[in-house]
Amino acid sequence: MKTKSKAVKFSPKRAVVATSHAVVPLKDRKLNFGNKWDFAPAPEDSKNYVIAPQHELFINGKFVAPTSGKYFESINPATEQTLTTIAAANAEDVDSAVKSARKAYDKVWSKMPGRERGKYLYRIARIIQEKARELAVLETMDGGKTIKESRDVDLPLVAAHFFYYAGWADKLKYAFPGKTPQPLGVAGQIIPWNFPLLMAAWKIAPALACGNTVVLKPAETTSLTAMRLAQIFQEAELPEGVVNIVTGAGETGAALVNHPDINKLAFTGSTEVGKRIAQAVAGTHKKLTLELGGKAANILFEDAPIDQAIEGVINGIYFNQGHVCCAGSRLFVQEGIYKTVIKKLRDRIQTLRVGNPLDKNTDIGAINSRPQLEKIRELVQSGVDEGAELTQTQCTLPAKGYWFAPSFLTGVTHAHRVASEEIFGPVLSVMTFRTPEEAFERANNIPYGLSAGVWTDKGSKIFKMVNKLRAGVVWANTYNKFDPTSPFGGYKESGFGREGGLHGLAAYCRLD
Amino acid sequence: MVEERAASFSKRSIKTSAKLAGLKMAVSMCDLTTLEGKDTPGKVAYLCRKALQPIEAKYDVPSCAAVCVYPNMVKYARKFLGDVSPVNIAAVATGFPSGQYPLRTKLEEVRRTVADGADEIDMVIDRAAFLAGDHGKVFDEIAATKEACGPAHLKVILETGELVTYDNVRLASEIAMQAGGDFIKTSTGKVSPAATMPVTLVMLEAIRDYFFATGIRIGMKPAGGIRTSKQAFAYLVMVKETLGDDWLNPQMFRFGASTLVNDVLMQIAKHVDGNYQGPDYFSLP
Repeated sequence: MKTKSKAVKFSPKRAVVATSHAVVPLKDRKLNFGNKWDFAPAPEDSKNYVIAPQHELFINGKFVAPTSGKYFESINPATEQTLTTIAAANAEDVDSAVKSARKAYDKVWSKMPGRERGKYLYRIARIIQEKARELAVLETMDGGKTIKESRDVDLPLVAAHFFYYAGWADKLKYAFPGKTPQPLGVAGQIIPWNFPLLMAAWKIAPALACGNTVVLKPAETTSLTAMRLAQIFQEAELPEGVVNIVTGAGETGAALVNHPDINKLAFTGSTEVGKRIAQAVAGTHKKLTLELGGKAANILFEDAPIDQAIEGVINGIYFNQGHVCCAGSRLFVQEGIYKTVIKKLRDRIQTLRVGNPLDKNTDIGAINSRPQLEKIRELVQSGVDEGAELTQTQCTLPAKGYWFAPSFLTGVTHAHRVASEEIFGPVLSVMTFRTPEEAFERANNIPYGLSAGVWTDKGSKIFKMVNKLRAGVVWANTYNKFDPTSPFGGYKESGFGREGGLHGLAAYCRLD
Repeated sequence: MVEERAASFSKRSIKTSAKLAGLKMAVSMCDLTTLEGKDTPGKVAYLCRKALQPIEAKYDVPSCAAVCVYPNMVKYARKFLGDVSPVNIAAVATGFPSGQYPLRTKLEEVRRTVADGADEIDMVIDRAAFLAGDHGKVFDEIAATKEACGPAHLKVILETGELVTYDNVRLASEIAMQAGGDFIKTSTGKVSPAATMPVTLVMLEAIRDYFFATGIRIGMKPAGGIRTSKQAFAYLVMVKETLGDDWLNPQMFRFGASTLVNDVLMQIAKHVDGNYQGPDYFSLP
């Protein structure tokens, strides 16, 4: 009954307590999360935001048609309806984007005093804040994430990143004592679909603050808000060519990676693609940072406040439908509390509301794309086939769109694919451990090393674990906390280089 | 995480049909309260009338769960409400609000108050004993009070504003439930902070674990500081998503409040009539 191992000290003199309470038999001691007081739909208004039927490339400060004349459809994954069409950039388009970035770098941006660059970044941050609601709605329609998260997490962080790096622009020479930071040149940046605008901000803000110019390639399924960001750059009167945005699929990204006039490449995405990029860049002058996959261990000790830890576990894996590289997708529970934790987890996921991402009460939105949904299904099926037990939220999924009910797998062993492969969906693999040593050894026994979580009331145990875990970020008694001042990045096959904070600046400077 | 989770309940957007249902539910869960030195039989009669019929009948609003008064006012409330009433009489007792009185007089107070017609006793725990580490004394007093209550329901006020930490709140909740309390209640309303969302969440979690361990459903009453419909919704969402539907009724959940009802009624009238009315259209709290 107690959540703490700490013994409760009270020794009553009265042995028998007068009680008239009805006692529910053991088998019926269940919480009833029914529909007694069901919430009516509360959708965020989207009709005021007009989405243009066609989106061009953003090169040299202007929106230009792709030379190939080819466009691809961008759909709303919650409805499968086409939102707009997006220009497909080929190598020729990428080349003109890089040329425009080079010109802007040589002629304008690298020569501009830091305080002037900072002004542009501040201006961009303010415009983002002004248009936050519109951007949140677009982000939700384009990517399937809930309005609750795009409104309360993504957009505030997007603005915060621009504000934070705006502040560094005129203080660079104090950032690294004894060194004089110099910009690198043209940065090619390729970003994923899970946090489209936020990843754009993580990449663009430090690059511009340090005096670099940018060619950004958004993910194929989520280009819409990047193009809206391009309009914001125009509105902020950012000099032409300082940021160029080329949309398209893998070929566009490959053209950017292989372009000879790129000085720096920054990629966030899958480990598989990251490895190919590292191979392509090997032996060239290009600097590289990679932020790749993860399979984080969330470690739950017996002396943790369990109800709070459950919240951290839920947030860790179901935040953004689990489309999070640092998601706490492996839960290690100390054996003594395993049954309690599973029972609480089972109850807790029943209260997650899955459905229309624009509804303000939705906790779990749509899976970003059909291929991703298929990948999740395939991996979960492999877990079940290999003997793991699947528990899911009992809910009716919408008929249209891509959906996967929040799930966790128990009886998972390290040999199962679901224990080692990144699922990138709302699926948690639960395992047990006995001692702290076993916990960090098993947590580290994976090619990834992006993040980890530790839950215990004992401070000394936190420090011990943090020093043993080979992960770029370790959260203690919390999870998925992001802040522009804090560096983020991985060990091992989760990549190298850091984004955020001072470390994020270093990735965009020469420090001679 | 307690604060974060508690804050998440306030984000639920309660609209249209859910709003009206929630508003009416909130009224039905209210312990309409007057706890002042200047309370008179007349004031208590007024409160009883309001609890029976909070607003004009056309709005189809249920009566409040109870009136909550000082022990001396119980007999007047009973006289006014009659022997059988949809509105219960709750009385604060055991040296409310401080609890700094001998157990003997506390128990005598409880017995007399029940004899005067109280259906529910809202006792205060001995915070002095609790904070001094004498948890056994706290337990024994609650158990003795429960015995003195006889048929009356016992709500145990922890006065969380004086216990301060979540660990203390959790421990006090466990003691109160094990000692026989039917409800656990946050506050007297005389200490700031009174009820807060995080503290209520900790207590709901304690109730949940106690239910799993014993099969006994304990009720919850946040009291003090809940003044708006929006706040009330946040609490109701918290109950719904922490303990489930079985606690979403006046037998298991109450609001201790004096001004909340009027804000809720104003929202109900707005929902039915389509426009807001000024405070003059609603009876005084």
